[in-house]
Amino acid sequence: MIKTLKRALLGTAAAAMLAGGAYTAAQADHHVVSELHFLIPGGAGGGWDGTARGTGEALTGAGLLESASYENMSGGGGGVAIAHLIETADQQAGTLMVNSTPIVIRSLQGVFPQSFRDLTPIAGTIGDYAAFVVNTESDIQSMEELIAAYNADPTAVGIAGGSVAGGMDHLVAALVMQAAGASPTDVKYIPYDAGGDAMAGLLSGEAQALSTGFSEAVEMARQGQVRILCVTALEPVAASPDTPTCDAAGAPGAQFVNWRGFFGAPGLDPALSQAYQNKLAAMYDTPEWAEVRDRNGWVEIFNPGDEFTGFLEEQEQIIGDLMRELGFL
Amino acid sequence: MLEGILSGVSVAAQPINLLMVMVGCFAGTFIGMLPGLGPISAIALMIPITYGFDPATGLILMAGVYYGAIFGGSTSSILINAPGVAGTVATSFDGYPLAKQGHAGKALAIAAYSSFSGGTIAAVFLLIAAPALAQVSLSFQSTDYFALMVLGLTAVAAFAGKGNLVKALLMTILGLMLSTVGTDQAQGVPRFTMGRLDLIDGISFLLLAMATFALSEALSAVLKPKSKEDQARELEAQKNLGSMKLSREEVREMAPVVGRSSILGFFIGVLPGAGATIASFLAYGVEQRLAGPTKGKLFGKGSIRGLSAPETANNAACSGSFVPLLTLGIPGSGTTAIMLGALLSYGIQPGPRLFIDNPEVFWSVIISMYIGNVVLLILNLPLIPYIARVLALPTAVLVPYILFFSLIGVYFVSFNTFDIHLMVLFAIGALALRLMDFPMAPMLLGFILGGMMEENLRRALIISNDSWAFLWERPLTASILAIAILILFVPILAPQLGKLKRKADENAAEGG
Repeated sequence: MIKTLKRALLGTAAAAMLAGGAYTAAQADHHVVSELHFLIPGGAGGGWDGTARGTGEALTGAGLLESASYENMSGGGGGVAIAHLIETADQQAGTLMVNSTPIVIRSLQGVFPQSFRDLTPIAGTIGDYAAFVVNTESDIQSMEELIAAYNADPTAVGIAGGSVAGGMDHLVAALVMQAAGASPTDVKYIPYDAGGDAMAGLLSGEAQALSTGFSEAVEMARQGQVRILCVTALEPVAASPDTPTCDAAGAPGAQFVNWRGFFGAPGLDPALSQAYQNKLAAMYDTPEWAEVRDRNGWVEIFNPGDEFTGFLEEQEQIIGDLMRELGFL
Repeated sequence: MLEGILSGVSVAAQPINLLMVMVGCFAGTFIGMLPGLGPISAIALMIPITYGFDPATGLILMAGVYYGAIFGGSTSSILINAPGVAGTVATSFDGYPLAKQGHAGKALAIAAYSSFSGGTIAAVFLLIAAPALAQVSLSFQSTDYFALMVLGLTAVAAFAGKGNLVKALLMTILGLMLSTVGTDQAQGVPRFTMGRLDLIDGISFLLLAMATFALSEALSAVLKPKSKEDQARELEAQKNLGSMKLSREEVREMAPVVGRSSILGFFIGVLPGAGATIASFLAYGVEQRLAGPTKGKLFGKGSIRGLSAPETANNAACSGSFVPLLTLGIPGSGTTAIMLGALLSYGIQPGPRLFIDNPEVFWSVIISMYIGNVVLLILNLPLIPYIARVLALPTAVLVPYILFFSLIGVYFVSFNTFDIHLMVLFAIGALALRLMDFPMAPMLLGFILGGMMEENLRRALIISNDSWAFLWERPLTASILAIAILILFVPILAPQLGKLKRKADENAAEGG
């Protein structure tokens, strides 16, 4: 048995080396992308994992790729994978790393020393707006009432969220309160381990409102447990057209998108970067993508190349200013 | 309701579904047996395979995988002291000593019977009371969870091992200290990470458990070679390795433990912030106290009660965690979070409307989970004698295997080589502490409770605007804390009270 095991391991290692060598060479020479390697900065089963595997599944299912491989590398809130991609950049021409809004927040916080500038942004592919929700039984009926209650006594309005203090849910709450003309620093943010726990906290009555992802909020509202006060889009969203935007509900100009997208290694050949963008653009029209997208409830927000870089710079500016004001920087 | 249950059973009894649940049980048991890999990894691996299936079939396959993985985790806890899942850490406290004494088959059988009974009793609760219990799971606030964790810490005396309470307390404090490594949730700043990115998310419980149990145990086997007499005794013991026979007294001893632990485990499982690990530790602590001084001393040395209690409780808690998932759409644990993902991919959105709009789905989920439990028992009991033979392997083969699979298991969760280095470091530290007779279990208890205790306390303080009054003003919190104080002081005060009473009686007798 030991022998078989050893042989199997050696076999796998050899195959992996061969495959690795083959696709980088092929792609760098001809820019014909037929294989992709996805680097996932978190463990199996998380949001990043689902995004990378779902995208890979749609691309191979639709025949846009012959094969896709996946590598999970967790640690440091994604920092370990970023450092790895930068260190081994010259061998990573065939690799796309998945990431999302936290890459901006965590690099501002200094969790890891690198930022999106040290990578090659390929495209933002999907996204989700944020939303404010209250318990259905709550006295608070609208965003205006929440803002009024907050202005009257911020210590009486606990806002729950599924990330640490200074994390995404907290920043969204502060951002919206700031847009409403209230003080963002007074937000009484109650941190939970995950969105589910934060929802339990809201329903148990220990928090007055919850800052969370819009698609999650829509599902909970459909079950009749919560009322959505507003969504952080500038236009009403198709999934729930009756939900007012925060912009219209008393927080003018408030908008936030939690995007997910892909990055290449630093110094990636621009032609290759363009080829990846084209692959992703072509994916949106395929039925295979539609199936993956609907299964996961994803919202398409395609944002390729330079547009993506511009978007990231703007988001970094807004969030950075807010974090400085909140005293997190 | 009966109609729903019957239709659930008839779906589950279709040949394709029975085949799937068997496949799932086998795959789950196999994955779960690899140290470090538990139900979360097993289900995550299975989800893509089930996409094309009918929802009922997919769910039944996953139920099989789920229970299989839990049983597989107990197997590695008992045989090689390498818990596959956090929920089965407490299983190794008495399961491993039992196996070392040559009762591996019996220990595995006890684990299988206990899991099955815990699952069955909890499934009955789930059938009768799931919708009503939804409110219970929402009645707990952060302050109550804090009190619950304090109550959990009082269980530490149960883990004192060789009767040295001071060493147990020191190890608990070490566990509490280790739990503070990582990002502070209430402030968002890293603590004790020494500038390392890899420590930002804290130390993983599984890594700590594998390093301090499996690795340090395997290393101490190398350091302390067996004497001739030991070897002879072991050879003798190995003849009975596969025997699963339980005496009538043993069954009688187990029965009340299983009953109590099922109820305790189920209710802990219903709370979204607690879960199977806490349930198994609490059940172990409770049973140690209830066992009385003579039987209680056997805990940690191969007590049947000590094995049965956590095994029952963790399975009951797993069933209990389906209450908030199905009735509120809130996943209370890592495993139910991934089950939620699976349900969503079938277009099933759990929540209060599920029971009203699609009662058949609600029942079929519960029934398929239960079928997984039944099939697992039928499939695995005949395999136990063969699995138990693992221990008959010579040390020179077994130890490298344990080292290899433990390291691989932890690496497969994070794919971060830093974890391997950290594990080796902890294993060496644990080995040194072991040689000085420091018990490891209190450290794990302190570690898992410490993190949750701090989080909930900090949250409670933010909510109350830094006032501590919730500790006595909220009735639920105050009652739980009062129980914790009673548990701590009754054993100290009881003999004193007895003395006082005796004196009073004597005085009364003299006076009369």
